[in-house]
Amino acid sequence: MTSIERDRRGIVALSPAPPYEREAPSPRMIMRRRALTHPGFLFGATIMLATILIAVFAPLLTPYDPYFQDLSQRLIPPVWAIKGSWAHIFGTDGMGRDYLTRLMFGARISLTIGFGAASIAGFIGTSLGLIGGYFGGKVDAVVMYLVNVKLALPGVLIALSLIEVFGGSVTSVTLVLGFLFWDRFVVVTRSVTQQTRIADYVTAAEAVGASRLRIILGEVLPNVANHIIVIASLEMGVAILVEAALSFLGLGIRPPTPSWGLMVSEGRNFMFFQPYLVAVPGIAIFVLVIAINMLGDGIRDITAPEGRN
Amino acid sequence: MTQAKSTAAFEEVLRVEGLSVEIGISTGLLRAVSGIDLHVGRGETLCIVGESGCGKTMTSLGIIGLLPRRARLTAERLVLEGRDLLALSPKQRAALRGDRMAMIFQDPMTSLNPVYTIGNQMEEIFLRHGKGDRKAARARAEYLLHKVGISAAASRLGQYPHQLSGGLRQRAMIAMTLMCDPTLIIADEPTTALDVTIQAQILHLLHDLQREYRMALILITHDLGIVARMATRVVVMYAGQVVETGTAAEVFAAPMHPYTRGLLDCIPIPGKTARGAQLGSIPGMVPALLGPIASCQFRNRCPQAFADCAAAPVPLRETAPGRTSRCLLTPASLVPQRAESLGAAE
Amino acid sequence: MPRFLIHRATIALLVAITVSIIGFTLLRLSGDLASALAGDTATPEQIAQTAHLYGLDRPLYIQYLDWVWKALHGDLGRSLFTNEPVTFLIGQRIGVTAQLSFMSLIFALAIAIPLGVLAATRPNSWVDRLALGLSVFGQAMPNFWFGLILIIVFGVTLRWLPISGTDSFANFILPTVTLGTSVMPAIMRVTRTGMLDALDADYIRTARAKGLSTGSVLFKHALRNAILPVVSLTAVSLGFLLGGSVIVESVFALNGIGFLAFQSILRTDFPVVQSIVVFVSLCYILLTFLSDIINAYLDPRIRLG
Repeated sequence: MTSIERDRRGIVALSPAPPYEREAPSPRMIMRRRALTHPGFLFGATIMLATILIAVFAPLLTPYDPYFQDLSQRLIPPVWAIKGSWAHIFGTDGMGRDYLTRLMFGARISLTIGFGAASIAGFIGTSLGLIGGYFGGKVDAVVMYLVNVKLALPGVLIALSLIEVFGGSVTSVTLVLGFLFWDRFVVVTRSVTQQTRIADYVTAAEAVGASRLRIILGEVLPNVANHIIVIASLEMGVAILVEAALSFLGLGIRPPTPSWGLMVSEGRNFMFFQPYLVAVPGIAIFVLVIAINMLGDGIRDITAPEGRN
Repeated sequence: MTQAKSTAAFEEVLRVEGLSVEIGISTGLLRAVSGIDLHVGRGETLCIVGESGCGKTMTSLGIIGLLPRRARLTAERLVLEGRDLLALSPKQRAALRGDRMAMIFQDPMTSLNPVYTIGNQMEEIFLRHGKGDRKAARARAEYLLHKVGISAAASRLGQYPHQLSGGLRQRAMIAMTLMCDPTLIIADEPTTALDVTIQAQILHLLHDLQREYRMALILITHDLGIVARMATRVVVMYAGQVVETGTAAEVFAAPMHPYTRGLLDCIPIPGKTARGAQLGSIPGMVPALLGPIASCQFRNRCPQAFADCAAAPVPLRETAPGRTSRCLLTPASLVPQRAESLGAAE
Repeated sequence: MPRFLIHRATIALLVAITVSIIGFTLLRLSGDLASALAGDTATPEQIAQTAHLYGLDRPLYIQYLDWVWKALHGDLGRSLFTNEPVTFLIGQRIGVTAQLSFMSLIFALAIAIPLGVLAATRPNSWVDRLALGLSVFGQAMPNFWFGLILIIVFGVTLRWLPISGTDSFANFILPTVTLGTSVMPAIMRVTRTGMLDALDADYIRTARAKGLSTGSVLFKHALRNAILPVVSLTAVSLGFLLGGSVIVESVFALNGIGFLAFQSILRTDFPVVQSIVVFVSLCYILLTFLSDIINAYLDPRIRLG
């Protein structure tokens, strides 16, 4: 019955609809609310922010020079040990360098290599994934072949060999790691691209005659973005861990640069009597990687929690 | 369809009284089902009709005992073949499932385990309920596959679900429910996922099986066409409540609740609906199912709502044995329905 | 299925060839291998002599084909450092690495699968949180550092376990825990997700509707479906363990092929390095092919098309 007929028959107007239909909150508001209540995200973001600030402002935060050796000040324990003092909060290492200072400058190395390698790997992997997923067929076969080759190669051994050949600077390590860890990007990007490609709005764009590049960048890429961020955070963590391992073995960052992995290696000689030399940088690596992983997980939850159980 | 007999003529299999299902969600307690009464007897087909979200699936899951973890069932009575289901432990309930009462689900592709053969999945019910040994299970499975119209039954037993077409899979599922000869079968939208041509076949099959085995059948659907074909009796649900019951003939010939009438108005009848005539529609949306019921749940969409509808919850009124309606309007005050509404199912 | 496997086998072969080429050229990228071998003080004549001695003056593809030909006949060359046959060196040490890898994998599986299943059946319980917590822990933990900490705690402070060498089974305990901890998280996550998806599936609802026991529902129906991705991951993990044991072998002074590879890289002992890289890659390729076969067998949808 239309409202006209209702009025004609003299039926009383209905009581107003109950206020169940509030205006739906915008996606941005939803995300902000989720972000502020997600413990993993907050933890990760805080640590990351703190680490970045420490890395950037390291020279201002400490009076010491990370490279300055003072053999008269060797192996002073941290402040919480018996012979420790507030002059050297984390003590000094075998060469008399202040440990906290080296830790702070080491953050620069870890973050630089982490971001750098993840970016390079992300660029390579995402491009390959988009191409393979979008074009399919023989192109896709080539992409998958490349991925299979990459997966078959033992990453750590290859990295060691390459660094032996090219030397251990921050640049070379970043490049080597970037060129070795793109496979996960490809797999995820390719799969999402395949799904997106058959979606109607892509077909519509193609029908209108939009160039392929435009479709890939304009339609497909935004869909993939969420996944890429999560993978990037994962790979950044991996890059930091691998760099630390390589430096530990001596085929990564060369001394006297304060890579955290290198610090663990240098501390190994004194490990049994001054365990803090090994413990402190390791904890730093551990905490940073956890933070990055939780940040990535948090971003995924915040932007698309439907996929989560 | 045969003229509906009164319910007393059917030996009662299931009696449900005051069944409610509540689900705890972040914003409160969702009343998926509120105070449902229903009953069904041998050889009788009870159709539960309603739109998505009206509680019909939750009702069936509540009866069979498969509610999700967060859902809570309360009922005054829940009796199957004289057994009080509420007094049973979960283990005892499980012993009845598949044996005395069985369920057919909507999508046969996802409802069958892809890594086991049809035969394996059929035989396991038989074996689980101790009806016999492996050989007897196999023999019965083959017999039932044949019964539901699947040729080459013996070889089908060794096939996997993905190797059968949609219609065959649903037939196999029906055969599966019959393995232990249950007295009650609940079919939740059994044809919705199938092609239209196959739908009729499956319904026909269910009808024939019922005539032969005389089990009680609860058929859940949103499709009034299916109700017209299959139902002995009808229960119309809305927002978790029963709003109308009666035999199929009664409900189609003279629907009493405005919701039922609205549903019937929406259907075009070939031969009766004039070309170009406007189909009816029910404006508005189902209300949120939170908080206690304080008024008629349909009033915001009802063309004949008046002041009293908002004042208090509306009781279910029985105008004749087995004929109820949850509406304050008397049959006399109901606005005449459109001329093209569905006639008595015959 | 045969067509599917032939397809996979062809790809595997192609990948293997590519990998062998990459492994072969790896250490030659620095440009002049001959002068690196001849030493800093070598004269150009001495460098040329060295080049000729090792066949480095021939075209690259000739060197490659020569190497492949010899390799297929079981001759992987000789170590530049010890002059022993590479096959002998690998054969000597593969046992240690294999033992370490298998033990680590078993350790990881023994924790990951039960924990993953348990976590899936009790979502958001303390078990679930523990599982996810362990997973986060394992993924962020630097291998080498964890090993050192274990050495400090169990080897030195508590003196329960030996910390280096390969004398006895006990020597492998700490390395196994170290290495196992790095592969455990992924397997646990995949098991958990697989079980959650399986338990959510309609066929589980059907199984329950049939009145089947909880055990039957869980293990016969759910796990059987959830295990498929775990099999693939296990094969991949084993491949990773074989190649990634460098660090753990170094920390615990285990004489496996990982450690050998590391030493050889430092010494530019390219016959050894390229052989190990290719060997490890081939193992990985073989393992993934094997897991394809197992998967095809376990999943009738693949097996019967």
